Amino acid sequence: MTELNLKLNKNTSGRYGEYGGQYIPETLMNELDRMAKAYEHYKNDPEFKTELHDLLVDYANRPSLLYYAERMTKDLGGAQIYLKREDLNHTGAHKINNVIGQALLAKHMGKTRLIAETGAGQHGVATATIAAYFGMECEIFMGKKDTDRQKLNVYRMELLGAKVHPVTSGSMVLKDAINAALQDWTKRVDDTFYLMGSATGPHPYPLMVRDFQSVISQESKQQLKEKTGKLPDMVVACVGGGSNAIGSFANYIDEPSVQLVGAEAAGKGVETDLTAATVERGSDGIFHGMKSMFLQNKTGQIIPVYSISAGLDYPGVGPEHAYLAKTGRAKYVGITDDEAVQAFEYIAKTEGIVAAIESCHAVAYVEKIAPKMRKDQIIVCTLSGRGDKDVASIAKYRGVDIDE
Amino acid sequence: MSKLTDAFKNQKAFIPFVAANDPDFDGTVNNVVALAQGGADIVELGIPFSDPIADGPVIQAADLRALKDDPDLPMDTIFDMVKAVRKQTDVPLVFLTYLNIVFRYGYEAFTARCEGLGIEGLVIPDMPLEERNELEPIAEKHHVDLIPLVTPISGDRIEKIAASATGFIYVVSSLGVTGERSEFANGLTDLVNRIRKVTDVPTAIGFGIHTTEQATEMAQIADGAIVGSACVNIVAEYGRQAPAKLTDYTKQMKAAVNANPVR
Repeated sequence: MTELNLKLNKNTSGRYGEYGGQYIPETLMNELDRMAKAYEHYKNDPEFKTELHDLLVDYANRPSLLYYAERMTKDLGGAQIYLKREDLNHTGAHKINNVIGQALLAKHMGKTRLIAETGAGQHGVATATIAAYFGMECEIFMGKKDTDRQKLNVYRMELLGAKVHPVTSGSMVLKDAINAALQDWTKRVDDTFYLMGSATGPHPYPLMVRDFQSVISQESKQQLKEKTGKLPDMVVACVGGGSNAIGSFANYIDEPSVQLVGAEAAGKGVETDLTAATVERGSDGIFHGMKSMFLQNKTGQIIPVYSISAGLDYPGVGPEHAYLAKTGRAKYVGITDDEAVQAFEYIAKTEGIVAAIESCHAVAYVEKIAPKMRKDQIIVCTLSGRGDKDVASIAKYRGVDIDE
Repeated sequence: MSKLTDAFKNQKAFIPFVAANDPDFDGTVNNVVALAQGGADIVELGIPFSDPIADGPVIQAADLRALKDDPDLPMDTIFDMVKAVRKQTDVPLVFLTYLNIVFRYGYEAFTARCEGLGIEGLVIPDMPLEERNELEPIAEKHHVDLIPLVTPISGDRIEKIAASATGFIYVVSSLGVTGERSEFANGLTDLVNRIRKVTDVPTAIGFGIHTTEQATEMAQIADGAIVGSACVNIVAEYGRQAPAKLTDYTKQMKAAVNANPVR
């Protein structure tokens, strides 16, 4: 694996067109400034880059495979489908890429305590993992509703030495966990690094997360070139806050021939109230430190969102995605629960891969679009995580009673 | 001169807070009027937000109560509450809210309505110095002061923030979120002195103050004291009977900020 290029993003202002910024309480401003400066410094530091590289290779199991899904390609009868297997990383998802980068930065900044929010628990598990590795104190904020439905991940985090705080304020889900983590951080910034899980929040998070996740597209571009000598015609990834998608897109944004597609969680349907399709249903707003697109009512209250996938039910999207959507560089499509569950079963039976329900939103779009494309065209679809965690809920969705 | 700055003239100011629509439309109007009657120098009216990240559990709960029956509570209804308040008192008023509420209404339209109703200032915890530019010129045009917050860890930012302040400066007493507490950060005197070297704009300390002793202590350091959660607790506990309690509490606190400290 070649060393990760952290300077892909030439715009380091924290603004993506009108989106982005630092809409955050004064208490955190100096700390964010320190973080941004530290990141600018260390991304040019050979020692930091070597450490990052070694961790990505030796600990996270990179590079991840770019796998030609021959059976799926044949079955769908159109474009050639390549799967970027982030599900094969240590901890089972793309989350580890970002967590390694931010934790390493935290270590270099002299921080001894990591805090993080988590929805389904994947980012919490990844953070707890890296905290164990670095011997750092770790506290995870997780909505009470999520701790109740993801008991296994709660225990997993505790096993890794983290303390998990069930958040009982607001709607008790991911956005409330972020609120609680931010509030905890305002109380204790000295020794604490808030390790944000998605390409969201105030600058420098969207920039850092994009850079650390861009390993996905740096590898896929090189791997596809080795295999086919070509660029893909289309890159597809699922979008909640948008970290795996921005990482999957990053190295292709300046390649105009590559179509970029983000699959959003439409829940029960983009037009229903039970949805998390931020780009399609949302509007411009300011929340969680960023100007971006959010699901909100007319007054500007953030509204509850829904998706079968706990990893995608966030009422906003990272500011760079809002910018890519607004400029038309990337397209965002809603995939319903039904379509995602069907894709979960399809890819399991066709390719023998149990992929995360989040990732299956991207797979569902590939199923729709591949047959309409020519056989010489290529789609790269990111499988952001593995689906073991979802098996029980898929069974429940299908009305199958299994003893967990 | 700003009416807010005026409120600090020749005395220490007491600035209580209640949340709009907690418990309801008439309750809000009565609560604000009661605070004015108790001698509040400025009243802070909170516009409820679904995700108040700078607020502790007490004000979070107030926001949730305020939005419980009507999650779509229109901003215009809150402006109507102010209109009703204005029939009974001309106490200086500021809104405390999060930037999204103002952004969604439109900066121009929002500050124009504030001007029309005599809302003298806005406290927006998620709008730090770096993000003021988009709202500042518009607010200035409509004579609405943007009240900045300064914290014990603002460091080099203190002078920059103070230099551009109008109305008054909200000095955050300690790290963390709003809510009653028994201890404040060290160095608040130094912090206020640094502000005073840069500007004549008055300072008021908030976050955590609830007792008369604390109010007296804080008013020795700064030009005034802001009390939120303690007032909100009164509203939560007494409901429709809250106005009389709020008036009494305000009288005590107003006396406390102007009292000589017991040593």
